[in-house]
Amino acid sequence: MIVVLSRSMTILLLLKVFFCFSAVSHSQITRLYSRFHSLDKGENGALSREDFQRIPELAINPLGDRIINAFFPEGEDQVNFRGFMRTLAHFRPVEDNEKNKDPNSGEPLNSRNNKLLFAFRLYDLDRDDKISRDELLQVLRMMVGVNISDEQLGSIADRTIQEADTNGDMSISFSEFIKVLEKVDVEQKMSIRFLH
Amino acid sequence: MTARTRFCGGLLRISRALRTVALSLVTGCVFSVHASFGAVHGDNDTSHSSGHGTHTKTHNTTYPATRAFPVLTVNYDHVRKPFEISLWILLASLMKLGFHYIPRVSSVVPESCVLIVVGLLVGGLIRLLGETLPVLDTQLFFLCLLPPIILDAGYFLPTRPFTENLGTILVFAVVGTVWNSFFIGVVLYGVCQIEGEQLAAVDLLACLLFGSIASAVDPVAVLAVFEEIHINELLHILVFGESLLNDAVTVVLYHLFEEFASEGQVTVVDACLGMVCFFVVAFGGILVGTVFGLVAAVTSRFTAHSRVIEPLFVFLYSYMAYLSAEVFHLSGIMALIACGVVMRPYVEANISHKSYTTVKNVLKMWSSVSETLIFIFLGVSTVAGPHSWNWAFVIITIFLCLISRVMGVVGLTFIINKFRMVKLTGKDQFIVAYGGLRGAIAFSLAFLLPSDHFPMKNMFLTAIITLIFFTVFVQGMTIRPLVDLLAVKKKKQTKFTINEEIHSQFINHMLSGIENVCGHYGHHHWRDKLSRFNKYYVKKWLIAGERSQEPQLISFYNKLELKQALLVAESGSAANIGPGLSSAALLSAQSQKQRTVMKNISKEREEEIRKILRANLQKTRQRLHSYNRHTLVLEEEDEWSTVQLRRQRVELEKRMTHYLTVSASGWDSPPVRRARFQSDSQEYMAKPSAPVSIPAINMELVSAPPGSLALLEEVTDQAQQSQDEGCGMHANSHEEKSMKPNVTFALELEKQKLSRCLSDPGPNKIEVEAEEKEHFLS
Repeated sequence: MIVVLSRSMTILLLLKVFFCFSAVSHSQITRLYSRFHSLDKGENGALSREDFQRIPELAINPLGDRIINAFFPEGEDQVNFRGFMRTLAHFRPVEDNEKNKDPNSGEPLNSRNNKLLFAFRLYDLDRDDKISRDELLQVLRMMVGVNISDEQLGSIADRTIQEADTNGDMSISFSEFIKVLEKVDVEQKMSIRFLH
Repeated sequence: MTARTRFCGGLLRISRALRTVALSLVTGCVFSVHASFGAVHGDNDTSHSSGHGTHTKTHNTTYPATRAFPVLTVNYDHVRKPFEISLWILLASLMKLGFHYIPRVSSVVPESCVLIVVGLLVGGLIRLLGETLPVLDTQLFFLCLLPPIILDAGYFLPTRPFTENLGTILVFAVVGTVWNSFFIGVVLYGVCQIEGEQLAAVDLLACLLFGSIASAVDPVAVLAVFEEIHINELLHILVFGESLLNDAVTVVLYHLFEEFASEGQVTVVDACLGMVCFFVVAFGGILVGTVFGLVAAVTSRFTAHSRVIEPLFVFLYSYMAYLSAEVFHLSGIMALIACGVVMRPYVEANISHKSYTTVKNVLKMWSSVSETLIFIFLGVSTVAGPHSWNWAFVIITIFLCLISRVMGVVGLTFIINKFRMVKLTGKDQFIVAYGGLRGAIAFSLAFLLPSDHFPMKNMFLTAIITLIFFTVFVQGMTIRPLVDLLAVKKKKQTKFTINEEIHSQFINHMLSGIENVCGHYGHHHWRDKLSRFNKYYVKKWLIAGERSQEPQLISFYNKLELKQALLVAESGSAANIGPGLSSAALLSAQSQKQRTVMKNISKEREEEIRKILRANLQKTRQRLHSYNRHTLVLEEEDEWSTVQLRRQRVELEKRMTHYLTVSASGWDSPPVRRARFQSDSQEYMAKPSAPVSIPAINMELVSAPPGSLALLEEVTDQAQQSQDEGCGMHANSHEEKSMKPNVTFALELEKQKLSRCLSDPGPNKIEVEAEEKEHFLS
C-alpha cells in the first residue's frame, strides 16, 4: 500500500515537472491512478490491450478498438500511467485562465484544436492527415450496424465528403474537419467532468 | 431612388398600414358592438325562431294574417357566440398582418407590445361605446389559449441542449422561483406594515401568495420576445426551459398559499406537506404526460391505413394529457411538455411526411393565434378593470421583482458554475435575469383569486398588470438593443449538415468510451444506456414495421434527403438541384470533369436550342397519333422524336425514385446535368446488361425489321444502357474526349425534363443534337 502511494507521489511529481497540465489536482491524479491500478490485472505498472478489452461497456462501444488504440503510442503494446494520463488529458474541460499561465509552453492538450485532433486521429487510421472515403465508410459501418446496405452507406459517405471538402481532393483534411465542426460546442462535448 | 419616390413609397406604405389597422379596428369594434347590441335584442327574436335556419328565412309557427311574409330576417343571436369568437380571431390575425407593414415599428417594438396596445385601443373603443367588455376568462385562458402554445413549445423543444442543461434549468426554475416568491412576499409584507393605512390589511400569507404569482417567468412572453432577438441556443433554452418548468413550482405555491390564506394559519406539517406536494405535482405531471405520449406512439403505429387523421391523434392525446393533469391539480404544462417530448421520436417515425408537415404547421398556426389573442385580451382586460391603484404597492412590487430576480440569478449562477463545464459568464447572467418576463399566466392566476378571501384582490390585479406591462414593454423593447450592445452571441444559422450529425455521434461514442475507461458514470454513459434501452426494447413496440431497426443516422439522412427532394419539387424548377447527391462514388469523379466541360455556352446558342427543343416536342406530340409500324422509317427527325418519346416515358417512371434519392441545394445549372445524369446512370447501373459497343448498336438499329415498336424500344433502351455503361466505363479513364458523348447523352436526358418544365434548358443543346444524329445514323 505504501509502495503504491509513494508511486503516485513520484508520478505526480513527474507529471508536474514534465507536463503542462500542471493544473491537474492531486485528488484527480490519485483517483485516476487507482483506476489505472484496478485495470492493471498483471500488476506490472502498465496496461496492455487485453486490460482495456476487459472493460465491459467498451466492448459494445462501436469505437472501442480505436479508442483503445489511441492510448498506445506508435507501435507499442504497453502504456504506463504517464501515457494513460496524457491521453486522458485531452478531455479536461477548457479553462480560460490557463491561457495566461504558460505562454511559451505551446497549446495545452485540452485545447479545442487538440481535442479535435484527437477525434480526427480516431478517424484517420493510416495517419495521412486525411479522412478518405474508405476510412469514413469504415466508421459509418461501425456506427450504423449491419442492416444498412453498402450503397446507402456509400452515398452517405459521399454526401459527407462533398459537404466538407473544399479543396476538391475527395477527402477531409484536418482544417476542413475543424471548419465543419465550428458550430459544434466541442469544448463542452469533449470534456469529462471527472477530470475537472 | 430619388428622395421623392422614396417619400411617396413610404407614404404609401404608411397609408396602407394605417388603412389596414383602421379598417380592422373599426370592423372589430363595430361587430363586437353589434354583437353586444344583438345580445340585447336577441331575446326578442327567440320567440319567433326555432331550429336551424338561415337568416333569410325563419320557420314561423303562427303569424297574424295581416303581416306580410318576411323575405329577409335577421337572427343574430343564433350564431352569436361562434361569430364573436371568429371575429376576435380575425382581428388578432389582421393585427398580426398589419404589424409587419408598419416599417419602423416592427424592428423596434416586439410584437407583443403592439398587440397589447391594440388590445388597449379596442378595449377603450368598446368602453367608449358603452358596451360590456369581454374579460380574459380564466377558464378560456387555461383551457383553450395556453395549451397550443405550450404544446408547440414542447413538441419542438430541442432536446439535446435541454437535457445537457437540465440541471441548470431546474435550479433556476425551482430554487429561483421559490427564492423570488419568498423574497417578494416577505419584503412586501414588511413594506405594507411600515406603510400602514390601507396596506396594513394585507397579511403575510396574502403577500406570499402575491409573491408567488408575481415571481413566475412566463413562457408566452419569453417566447414572444426571444423569438425575435435570435439569441444563442444556450441562453434561449435556459430562460425558456426555466419558464416552462417553473409552472410546477407556481402551481404548488399558489395552491399552498391559497389554502393557507383561507385557513388562516400554517403549521410545520403543512409546510412539509407542501414540499411533498411539489414533488407529487411535478413528477405526477411528467408521469401523466409520459403515459399519454406512449399511448400516442403506440396508436401512431397502426395508422398506416388512415393517414389523414394522424395529426389529430397528436393533438388529442396531448390535450388529454393536459386536461388529465389539470383534473388532479398536477402541473398541466409539465404534462404537456413530457407528452410532446416522449411522443415525438416515435410518432415522427411512424406518420407520413404530409402528416408531419400538417402537425408542424397547425401547431405553429394555433400557437401564433393563441399568443396574439392572449396579448390582445390582456390589453382589453386592462381597460376592463376593476382597478385599485396604490402607488407605493405598485412601485415597490416592480422594484422588488427586478431586485430579487437579479439577486436570484447571480447567486444561483455562482453555485451552478461550480458544477458546469461551460461556465455562465456575466453577460449570460444579465440576459437570463433581464429576460425574466411576466405575462398572462400571472394575470390569470391573480384573476382567479376569490375576492371574499382576498379583499385586496383589485390592488393585486392592478399591480400585476403594471408589472406585466413594465416587463413586456420596457424589458421587451430594450432587450434587443442591449443584446446588440453587449455583443451577446446570436443564434447561428443552423443548416442541418450530415457532417455535424456524423461527427457528433462519433464524438459521443468516443466520449462514452473514454468515460468507461475512467470508470466514470457521466452524462454520456447514461445517454448511451438510454439510447441502447430505447433501441432494443422500446422501439420495437412503438415504431411500425422496419423502421424500428433503422439507426438514427440513417433516418436523419433519409429525412434530409426527403426534405431537399421536396424542396426541389416545390420550387418547381430543376435548376435548383445542386451537387449534394446520393450518387455512386464512381461517378463523382466524373462530375468534377463535367463541371469544367459545361461552362462556356453563349446566350444565342441557348435561344436556338430552346427553339429547336420546343419544335421537336410539338412534333413528338403529333407523332403520338400518327405512327404506324409500317411507316416507321428511321429518318432523322422521326428517329429523334421517337427516341425522345421513349426517353420521356422512362423519365416519368424514374421521377418517382428520383425524388427519393436526389437532394438539392440551390446552385447553378451545370450541376443539374450532373444530377440527372448520375441518378439516371445509377438507375441503369442497377440493371445488369452486357456492355455493347457503340458501333455494334448502330448496326443493329438499322438492320432491325421495320416493325414492332417494342423491339425498337428495347433496342433503344439497350442503346441507352450501353451508353451509360460506356459512360461508366469511361469514368475511370478520365478522358475528356470520351466524356463529350457521354456528356451529351446526359444532356439528352436532361432536355426532356427541362423543356417540359419550360425552364432554361441550359447549354450544349445544339451539340447534343448533332452528336445524337451521328450516333444513330452513322
